[in-house]
Amino acid sequence: MKHRLSWFNVTSLTLGFAFLYLPMLILIIFSFNDSRLVTVWGGFSTRWYGALFQNQQFLDAAWVTLKVALFSSTLATVLGTMAAYVLVRAGRFPGRTLFSGMSYAPLVMPEVITGLSLLLLFIAIGLDRGVFTIVLAHTTFAMCYVSVVVSSRLMTFDRSLEEAALDLGCTPFDAFRSVTLPIIMPAVISGWLLAFTLSLDDLVIASFTSGPSSTTLPIKIFSAVRLGVSPEINALSTIVISIVAVGVITASLISKHTIARRQREEMEAGHG
Amino acid sequence: MSDALPTPRRFPLTAGLMAGVGGLLGATAVGWLGLPPNVALLLSITVGVALLAFALGRVMGWSDRWMVIAIPLGWFLVFFLVPFFVLGRISLSEAIIARPPYSPLWDTAPDGSIEILASLQNYGFILGESLYRNAYLSSMQVAAVSTVFALLIGYPIAYYIARSEEPKRSILLLMVILPFWTSFLLRVYAWIGFLRREGVINNLLLWAGIIDEPLVMMQTPGAVYVGIVYTYLPFMILPIYSALEKMDGSLIEAAEDLGCSRLSAFWLVTFPLSRPGIIAGCFLVFIPAMGEFVIPSLLGGSQTLMIGKVLWEEFFSNRDWPVASAVAVVLLLLLVVPIVLFQRNQQRQQEAGK
Repeated sequence: MKHRLSWFNVTSLTLGFAFLYLPMLILIIFSFNDSRLVTVWGGFSTRWYGALFQNQQFLDAAWVTLKVALFSSTLATVLGTMAAYVLVRAGRFPGRTLFSGMSYAPLVMPEVITGLSLLLLFIAIGLDRGVFTIVLAHTTFAMCYVSVVVSSRLMTFDRSLEEAALDLGCTPFDAFRSVTLPIIMPAVISGWLLAFTLSLDDLVIASFTSGPSSTTLPIKIFSAVRLGVSPEINALSTIVISIVAVGVITASLISKHTIARRQREEMEAGHG
Repeated sequence: MSDALPTPRRFPLTAGLMAGVGGLLGATAVGWLGLPPNVALLLSITVGVALLAFALGRVMGWSDRWMVIAIPLGWFLVFFLVPFFVLGRISLSEAIIARPPYSPLWDTAPDGSIEILASLQNYGFILGESLYRNAYLSSMQVAAVSTVFALLIGYPIAYYIARSEEPKRSILLLMVILPFWTSFLLRVYAWIGFLRREGVINNLLLWAGIIDEPLVMMQTPGAVYVGIVYTYLPFMILPIYSALEKMDGSLIEAAEDLGCSRLSAFWLVTFPLSRPGIIAGCFLVFIPAMGEFVIPSLLGGSQTLMIGKVLWEEFFSNRDWPVASAVAVVLLLLLVVPIVLFQRNQQRQQEAGK
């Protein structure tokens, strides 16, 4: 498609990206500020990073958050991949409409409702709140995101590959493991990453489902931020933003490389 | 690869191996998460029954299809559908000082008759009290206005990205997705440093001599709008982008060849074709914005009334679980209609894509 862009497009794009990035940029700059007053520049310093790593409460909360994210994202990936497979491949079965409704609804459900209803369930069945209940809650909403990512990949790939494997004597499970899974693997991995990030980031659902001994990092940050701006949180944000930026850029470079290689191989196979 | 294709005979070995690794992982997980023993027992029984059913199905030659359907379906039923019934049940009871802090729905009198205690009084209370009514209305207003702004800002960006060529397109797309992966809480926090009384904007304007007094921007409805638009902008851009990207560019050329101006070609061709993306984007912004809690409580002041915040306070500060549940049920009912519409739209798109 030809690109003819007016000044209007360029201006709105620039303003839009400025809107998205300027606050984060200011945040990063002030994390290196020597002054405790967050808006007055007092010279360059990394003292807040040091203070952050001395803060045992933050470190404990970070550890809990990481544990929850690892377990819930792994569980959500397994369940979400199954859900995607059911949505795309299982055909019609009784309860299908309910199934697809339940697999989309948590995506748009306000977090306060999801959190409250899960908490009431845990209390009704007498489950003590802690790391485990947060894992269950995060798995439930993250598996829907995984299912969306994986099912969009399942929809686009050539079904005849699976059928060929079945014709050659594979059981459906073997066909899934040795044909389908390797093909949808990139989507499964990005689903896992998405689930992991969602779990790391969640405040509302974790606040409802956590117990007194299982404070996660977002809960800690929220209570600190409510009291005002603090340079330690700026330092923490900078670390989070850099990890995410490096991660996302690396992932996109890898996926671009893989796609380019696959295209080249297909071209060579076509010519040869 | 082809010689690695497993034969059905290898299945017992694979299953045994998987069960072993799974058991080991499970045991570590149970120890690590500090599960109470009864929960651990329940979990192992569930997993055991599932594996047994799977193995039995293998031996009897049943299709695996039912297992694959049953596991995610069971999870959704237990952790998504059942909680709503619990929510509905508690919304019918009364707050009492006990553990758990709500009354039972029925009581057995000494003579054996059953007395029904459930009542709709919490709903009557919510609908009668102006605080709750105003909170629902102002949440709807905030969500609607934010959605319109997100559309106005997001559409040109999505349009520009869809029109650019590689590698620029990938880079721009990455720049839209990047904030989405960054902590939402920290991005909202970033705005506090921006909008505060001694914040960046005020300092800049004072320094430039445009204002003499710092502007009050924090704890205003304006700050809440900015926060919501900022947070949910990628959710608006991405669906519109994917709708525009699929569009055939020659349609525009045809319209222009037939005498359309650029603007009317946009209105008559591009805009209608991007409508599915616009609808999806609006739902993805409106629905979560309606129940938003973090943004109004960090950027808004006490006069910013939003239902998510009211629910939170009802639950955590007032500890009135039945009223909080009733607030959630009413919010849910207000949103079910859009969600059903969204689902329909999604299905139609899927069918159109086939």
